[in-house]
Amino acid sequence: MSETHDPSAGNPLEGLAPHHEAEEPPARRRVIGTPSPTPAAVDNRVAAPEESPDYLPTDPSDIVSAKNAERVAALCFLVAFAAGVCFLIAYIGLEVGPYNSGNSVIAALRSNYALGSSLGLALLALGTGSMIWVRHLTPNIEIEEHRHVLKSEPEDRAAFKKDFSTGAAITGITKRPLLRRTMLLATAPLALAPLWLLRDLGPLPGTSLRHTVWKAGTRAVTLGGLRPLTPADMGTAGSMITVIPEGYQDDDDALAKAGVIIIKFAPGELHVPTIFDGKTQLYGMNWTVDSTIVAYSKICTHVGCPVALYEQTTHHILCPCHQSTFDASNGANVVFGPAARALPQLPLGTNAEGYLVALSDFTQPVGPSFWERG
Amino acid sequence: MSSIIARRRRPAAGYAAVAGGLVVAGVLYGTLSGGGASAASNQSNTDIAQGKSLFNASCSSCHGLGAQGTAQAPSLIGAGAAAVDFQMSTGRMPAKESGAENDRKPTDFTQQQIYDISGYIQSLGGGPTIPDSSQVSTNGANTALGYELFSTNCSQCHGFAGAGGALTYGKNAPSLNAATPTQIYEAMLTGPEAMPVFGDGTVTPAEKKDIIAYVIDTRNEANPGGFSLGRTGTITEGAVAWLGGLGFLVVIAMWLTAKRRDPVIGMPDSDHGDAQ
Repeated sequence: MSETHDPSAGNPLEGLAPHHEAEEPPARRRVIGTPSPTPAAVDNRVAAPEESPDYLPTDPSDIVSAKNAERVAALCFLVAFAAGVCFLIAYIGLEVGPYNSGNSVIAALRSNYALGSSLGLALLALGTGSMIWVRHLTPNIEIEEHRHVLKSEPEDRAAFKKDFSTGAAITGITKRPLLRRTMLLATAPLALAPLWLLRDLGPLPGTSLRHTVWKAGTRAVTLGGLRPLTPADMGTAGSMITVIPEGYQDDDDALAKAGVIIIKFAPGELHVPTIFDGKTQLYGMNWTVDSTIVAYSKICTHVGCPVALYEQTTHHILCPCHQSTFDASNGANVVFGPAARALPQLPLGTNAEGYLVALSDFTQPVGPSFWERG
Repeated sequence: MSSIIARRRRPAAGYAAVAGGLVVAGVLYGTLSGGGASAASNQSNTDIAQGKSLFNASCSSCHGLGAQGTAQAPSLIGAGAAAVDFQMSTGRMPAKESGAENDRKPTDFTQQQIYDISGYIQSLGGGPTIPDSSQVSTNGANTALGYELFSTNCSQCHGFAGAGGALTYGKNAPSLNAATPTQIYEAMLTGPEAMPVFGDGTVTPAEKKDIIAYVIDTRNEANPGGFSLGRTGTITEGAVAWLGGLGFLVVIAMWLTAKRRDPVIGMPDSDHGDAQ
């Protein structure tokens, strides 16, 4: 059986991969990328293949196509080399940033193209070449590798047990309760420290989820122009605009919850429902201006996306994230989608100068439900 | 002439030549095609009587002989010239059929005819008027503020790049890529179909210019990923990433793990002895 794999037998690839065992002792040879040869190699499959009965064959099964595969793999490596050089050149040569004289966006765009495509090509070509090497230039051998029992041998376990008891006896941990207890005490603060460290990750939200920065008299100003609005500014029916509380345009934390849309209706189109929860009137107060202008929270009650797809023909407010649909003419009740509650209505009025102002904060939490909301 | 020859090698000469060529081509196209906002149509020449007869011929079957509206179509009294100009210049009116949404299509009317009908509707009950060229000019507009206003008030329906998007029950917010500055202005002013009105009180004329400048600018922006993918955002980008990217990885994985076709080399007997 062993003649088939005898390397000294006639090898058609002798010229391509010459074996120099005869001229040079194997211990002297060192090829880049291989372990340095050690005289007393433990793995005799590497050190002395011809003497071992279980050496692995080194020639590919299909010797004819191996030559072509070798060229293709080498080409892949050359491509990877070229692409890697291109990556370095692109990284050094293509400057991005505000000091760039041209359009910094375009400069970043070009840099991204060059870096991404060159690095991607380099890695892809390297991997492809390696795979061609493995698949076409190595022999196709099935190798079995058996699993071992993970449990240690009985003698090892017995030895560990013995060492452990010996160590315990030497330290006297059972005989010196003072040391044992003080040492345990010493570790207690460190063990409990994460409780305080985790607590400092941020203050608990407290009641902040229930309130926004809107309060009685806060003027509604347009987002972007920051102009206060009068009822006349709302113009004709079907008009809609996003507003924020005046003075908070740079406070992102406040704006995250305080966004409001103001919608103008034609007379008679706006039906404000009167909803009682026991004795408390939830909404349906005189919160509109002229019975035609109404303000709703812009934060969806589902997961908090900005809802502002307002269709003036159907009076539907649509959330772009999950298609929750609210009926703006009817207290922004949910008519479709996963949202569970109507959009909270901001009590809207006018101040002495005639500008649209909040009459109070929202009377219920805006945005998505949360655990303690009840 | 000699001065031109002397300067023809300057860097600016190429740009000047291209710009000059574009101007000549534009003038020729505008003169020869005759459509669009050519010099022949003029709002000051609006013929209301002509507009009324055109209205009666083309619009009254749905909107009523006095534009008072019918069960099929709304009243146009008070709709204003801007609404008529928007609907007719974008080809949405006369409507092809009764559906959820009238889509943009080439119009069969000349701009002068549209002005005539606009003038007739304007004479009935007033309303927003057609903006003149200085109102829609983006000279000196604040594109950055336009972006802020667009992202606040427009992008939820039209998309952050103006590519449009879906609404309820078959309606949609159209792409803004084909709209002229005048049409964008008129749409904000009049709120066509399901679109809300953004009148001069909520979005001032100067802010409208800023928004138009942003929309026009965005059309010419390069696509950071190399492809626009319709500029509809995360859905198409995610689909490409998942189907294209993941598909590519799956193909690679299949190649890595594919069974080799060359015959398996048997191991020496001693190996099999070890395995037992």
